[in-house]
Amino acid sequence: MDFSLTTEQQLLKDSVERFVEEDYDFRTRREIAASDEGFRRENWARFAELGWLGAALPESCGGSGGGPVETMVIMEAFGRGLVTEPYLSSVVLGGGLVARHGSAAQREAVLPALVEGETMLAFAYAEPRSRYDLAHVATRAAREDGGYRLDGRKAVVFGAASADRIVVSARTAGGERDGAGITLFLVDATAPGLARRDYRTVDGLRASEVMLDGVRVAADAVLGEPDGALPVIEEAIDHGIAAVAAEAVGAMQVLNDTTNEYLKTRRQFGRPIGDFQVLKHRMVDMLTRYEEARSMCCMVTLKLGETPAERAKAASAAKVQIGRSGRFIGQQAVQLHGGIGITDELHVGHYFKRLTMIDTLFGNVDHHLRRFASLAC
Amino acid sequence: MDLAFSDSDRAFRDEVRAFIRDNLPDDIRDKVENDLHLEKDDYVRWQRALAARGWLAPNWPVEFGGPGWTLTQRYIFQDELGAAPTPRIIPFGVSMVGPVIYTFGSDEQKRRYLPRILASEDFWCQGYSEPGAGSDLASLKTRAVRDGDHYVVNGGKTWTTMAHWADMMFCLVRTDPDVKPQEGISFLLIDMRSPGITIRPIVTIDGGAEINEVFFDDVRVPCTNLVGDEGKGWTYAKFLLGHERFGIAGVARSKRQLAGVKEIARAEAGDDGGPLIDDPAFRAKLAEVEIELTALEYTELRFLASEEAGRAPGPEASILKIRGTEIQQAITELVLEAVAYYANPFVPEALAAGWNEAPIGPPYAAAAAPIYFNWRKASIYGGSNEIQKNIIAKMVLGL
Repeated sequence: MDFSLTTEQQLLKDSVERFVEEDYDFRTRREIAASDEGFRRENWARFAELGWLGAALPESCGGSGGGPVETMVIMEAFGRGLVTEPYLSSVVLGGGLVARHGSAAQREAVLPALVEGETMLAFAYAEPRSRYDLAHVATRAAREDGGYRLDGRKAVVFGAASADRIVVSARTAGGERDGAGITLFLVDATAPGLARRDYRTVDGLRASEVMLDGVRVAADAVLGEPDGALPVIEEAIDHGIAAVAAEAVGAMQVLNDTTNEYLKTRRQFGRPIGDFQVLKHRMVDMLTRYEEARSMCCMVTLKLGETPAERAKAASAAKVQIGRSGRFIGQQAVQLHGGIGITDELHVGHYFKRLTMIDTLFGNVDHHLRRFASLAC
Repeated sequence: MDLAFSDSDRAFRDEVRAFIRDNLPDDIRDKVENDLHLEKDDYVRWQRALAARGWLAPNWPVEFGGPGWTLTQRYIFQDELGAAPTPRIIPFGVSMVGPVIYTFGSDEQKRRYLPRILASEDFWCQGYSEPGAGSDLASLKTRAVRDGDHYVVNGGKTWTTMAHWADMMFCLVRTDPDVKPQEGISFLLIDMRSPGITIRPIVTIDGGAEINEVFFDDVRVPCTNLVGDEGKGWTYAKFLLGHERFGIAGVARSKRQLAGVKEIARAEAGDDGGPLIDDPAFRAKLAEVEIELTALEYTELRFLASEEAGRAPGPEASILKIRGTEIQQAITELVLEAVAYYANPFVPEALAAGWNEAPIGPPYAAAAAPIYFNWRKASIYGGSNEIQKNIIAKMVLGL
């Protein structure tokens, strides 16, 4: 039983943590989140230089040949800094999909450029009425002229505005909610007929509604097997869950450390408020939820390579934990800071907001309770 | 035991309901129904409509302009106000400084300020909390030093709701730093246009700016603005806290909001394609909150009946505050969950009236996250829920 990191992984962890500590303090984060694009291209270039974009991608594509643990290490450190650079959408989701299921030509065309920071990706799977059902795909892909014509609308696509290519799920056969008949397409972001409505998110990121109106793609835009994309999508989302689990753990740790310190230094009634047993116990509860979250993050990271059913169970269990721990720690960090916890000025509220939004991604607690139950019972 | 209200109480309820229906302006109704921002003028218009009927200050004695209602009528009135999409009555004038002035103030203060409160001509704010005095309010440091006919005030207040709209502030100041903290506090009425006052908005995590910091730099306040006696400010503040119990549970408003959640859940698609309200997990959560709200409602009714029967109201009001705010927060969580990933788009413009663009996702989604974030304040303000529990422990349980 081994939860330790290899030397290389530890070095990676140290270097990402150093970046966050030295170049991504809260004030910097605030500026970056407020900027037009919502992230800094210079940072992205630096990530490329440092090998972080390729850390979990195969050596054959220019990556370092690492895997989920490398992603976990990077995402946790990013979570500590509330890093807005779109590593999740571009590398974990987009890059992961192409690496695992792209044709040789697709891998060749996309991955080295991704690793080098030259190409960015996004993954458009959810739709306005789909909620968390990955099989609910109304966007249609009709065969036309040897290729396909895509029509439909995708919801809350993170990183779409900065993406060069977007992986889009569309239906090639079957009814709107059928598991079979879904196909993934690698679409150029500038394809005629593809329009976006870009917006900021409440936790400082960028997402878009993506409208496809007669978007034409060649047959070789298909990613993976036609009609059989659902298991591929589920796998990608489970990888995404493992990544945001790590990001959330990083954020939770910052909130716990900050709150713990506040309890020691804030004085009311002539003593540190941490003297009061109720608050001591609350802080212990926060610590416990954090430890559980960290454990589940390790668990899912280690199980991503298992059978689909085992992987799905692990991801759902982890997502439930992250949702619950994130909510409790976020809410209590605000509560224990009192009035200043509600202010925009203090970093606490921003970590709280990120944890809150992580629960809305890839399925919330209720959704994953249900998925876990259907797999486990 | 009898759950029925009397015939005359029922008639009164009908009267209040009809009044609201006929006098609540449509544009204000629309804003409240859709969780849009209310402007100062919205609050003032509604308060003036109530005042024209003599209903703005149901808690005031008749001699000062109150309508002379029974406790049950006051309860019914608050219930109807909450059940309809009416703006909250700003409490600072009507519920807070007004009672302090008519109970402890000078004749001149009563003559000067009470009618202006009723007419919504003076907008009041509350100068209590300081950066170093939150839960431990008695440790406040804003200093008022006597200089001839004036007090000279220096210091600063924080978390001052609507200070940017206010004409007047009722302020707890330290007039004597050498005695036990509670005994050195005075209750001072400060004109917000006085030279030396600086107001700085505090942006909250939802992006709003309803609260402020207020700085006092040698602000001169006439001695005639001291309410009651020097050193008695803490007593008046405690009186004020114990005075206004109706409305803190917020049952009617929460009922209306819960009904709103159900409407959202009917419109939202659940994971299985049917409406979210048919999703067993979500439906169970709705049921739980509704049951908790029922328990709160009947607790409030029992306390009301007890008070009406002559048993002095006690610190049980703290129970209403704790549970009321917990339920309000639970309702905001339900809305957040209902809209799923459409809680993510940040569209502050959508929360102001008159925005004409198509919403991103369903129209009710834009307010979900901001309101959830903003309402974390409810378990903190008015005496945090932890402090409320301490009060109950000490005053009710003798612990």
